[in-house]
Amino acid sequence: MGVGEVFRFAIRGLRANKLRSGLTTLGILIGVGAVILLIAVGQGSGAAVQARISNLGSNLLTVTREAGGTGRAAASRTGTQSQTSALTVSDASLLANSDEDPDVSLVAPVASTSETGTYEGASSSISQVVGTYPSYLPISDDTLAEGTSFTTAQVNSAAKVVVIGQTVVTNLFGTINPIGQTIQMGGVPYTVIGVLNAKGGASTFNDPDNVAIAPLTTVQDSLTGFGSLTEIAVQASSASSTTAAQAEITNLLIEAHHVTAATEDFTVTNEASLLTTEEGTTETFTVLLAAVAAISLLVGGIGVTNIMLVTVTERTREIGIRKALGAQKSAILGQFLIEAVLLSVIGGALGVLIGVIGSRFKIDGIQPVLVPTSILLAFGVSAFIGLVFGSLPANKAAKLHPIEALRHE
Amino acid sequence: MTGAFRAPALDIRDLRKVYGDGDAEVHALRGIDLLVPHGDYVAVMGASGSGKSTLMNIIGCLDVPTSGRYELDGIAIAELDEQQLSLVRNRKIGFVFQSFNLLSRTTALENVELPLIYGGVKHEERRKRALAALNLVGLSARTDHHPNQLSGGQQQRVAVARALVTSPSLILADEPTGNLDTQSSYEVMALFDQLNAAGRTIVVITHEDDIAAHAKRAIRLVDGLIVEDTRLAAADGLPPRLVRQTAEV
Repeated sequence: MGVGEVFRFAIRGLRANKLRSGLTTLGILIGVGAVILLIAVGQGSGAAVQARISNLGSNLLTVTREAGGTGRAAASRTGTQSQTSALTVSDASLLANSDEDPDVSLVAPVASTSETGTYEGASSSISQVVGTYPSYLPISDDTLAEGTSFTTAQVNSAAKVVVIGQTVVTNLFGTINPIGQTIQMGGVPYTVIGVLNAKGGASTFNDPDNVAIAPLTTVQDSLTGFGSLTEIAVQASSASSTTAAQAEITNLLIEAHHVTAATEDFTVTNEASLLTTEEGTTETFTVLLAAVAAISLLVGGIGVTNIMLVTVTERTREIGIRKALGAQKSAILGQFLIEAVLLSVIGGALGVLIGVIGSRFKIDGIQPVLVPTSILLAFGVSAFIGLVFGSLPANKAAKLHPIEALRHE
Repeated sequence: MTGAFRAPALDIRDLRKVYGDGDAEVHALRGIDLLVPHGDYVAVMGASGSGKSTLMNIIGCLDVPTSGRYELDGIAIAELDEQQLSLVRNRKIGFVFQSFNLLSRTTALENVELPLIYGGVKHEERRKRALAALNLVGLSARTDHHPNQLSGGQQQRVAVARALVTSPSLILADEPTGNLDTQSSYEVMALFDQLNAAGRTIVVITHEDDIAAHAKRAIRLVDGLIVEDTRLAAADGLPPRLVRQTAEV
């Protein structure tokens, strides 16, 4: 007898109980849909982190102050809080001019604060007012959309000029061309000489375009004072040399600050590696989501087994009749196996549809990114689930003894 | 039908069937000898517990004997495996059950086609043969009806059509009129008479003397043994009821 006939028997069996078949299919549908959608969400948040890494400039290092050595151990050794040295411009020039850090290409001292900027009655909180050297722009991967940056000469003369980010432009100027206009920050007028390109990749906490960059001396003069720098921004010569650069900076500053490795009063942070860690977290998050989804797929599969067992019990007499009429074991096995596989494959196909449609919408601020292999995988797994989870009931049906099956009421 | 080299339809020698072990042993059949030539029409009678159901299951290849020989149309059944047994059930035996055992939600025609599907008969051939069988039982007008749209008598006639559609060596009917009223019973038995007159070998299991009177030979089982074997008409002649009708005309 042909496979086609067995197939027809199976379809007839499914149609005999439409509601039940539909609900079983729903179990698989939800499982497959969840796998595809949740992997897409995980992938989407991973992609967002990736975008931020590339925005940052992947070879950026920052040196920041750290009060009191490296925590409790250092503090207890000295008995008191160890003296905190400030990060100074001379630290920055040491890093810039020393021959012992060949992997460092650019250095910029940074004093930053947040300040309200005003322009003709419009006012906006600028989250980062950065006082620095001209080398800061290439380090932070900022490029000019309009106008010019300030020069070293302007730093030396403490010129009241500023380069602003797109968010500041939007908030203070709207459609007016800001170049040449004057904004007030901390009561000091700054002339806008340049506008940065938008970086995008903004999150709720951190908008990289809400920034104003001015000469270090000017900012220290009017806003932050001449205390310690906030940080020293360093660009390593390449993305692969950030680790080497980090070590060289550490050695130079240990010497300059007269401290030991145990009592370091500064920290060198590799921004890219931080984000790489975050990316790793996102991956773990994706795996977790996929695991939850896989569990729901498993539950759907158990639903298939369950309903097929009920079906086989219900149709014991039918199986007996078929066997008495000469149905081979394989024909009965095939019939119920195809029923189970059809249930899960139909559920799988609908689940793919739901997953693909669902991933077109933003979920919790994340634009899901479809992973084609996850679609194939989820669909394949659903078919496989039909086979595996259907084989138990199908086997039970095939093994039924015709006499007992015929006696079944 | 009486070719010199044709093996008998049924050749049963010292057939025994024991259920259970040890103290719980039940001897359902205690040594049955039965030779049924082709064209015969046998009624197997007996009270419940006499072993007639066990005998019917073994003859129908649904069960295997504990010991003894059973040859169906020359095939030694005891030596067959499960797959070969289903093949024999498909090709050599046509079942008619007391409770009809038609598939629900399946038309009369599809029910009759079922054994042909399992026998691997092609679609057109299958349809042709199934329609011919339904025509023979007088149901050509009801081919698209589902079992629940047919009367008990009609359902049993569909079952008879299904039993004979494969041209089996043996039609095996288990209490075929047990669930039918008198009129339907008469129709179904008349059908069996005609089939036998056309050369079909029929074994009917029954506990009703009326039904047994249709057969050419009546066998009575008691406690797993044949205690009575009465020949009512010649194996190669017409069944007794048809003989009487013919005589009356």
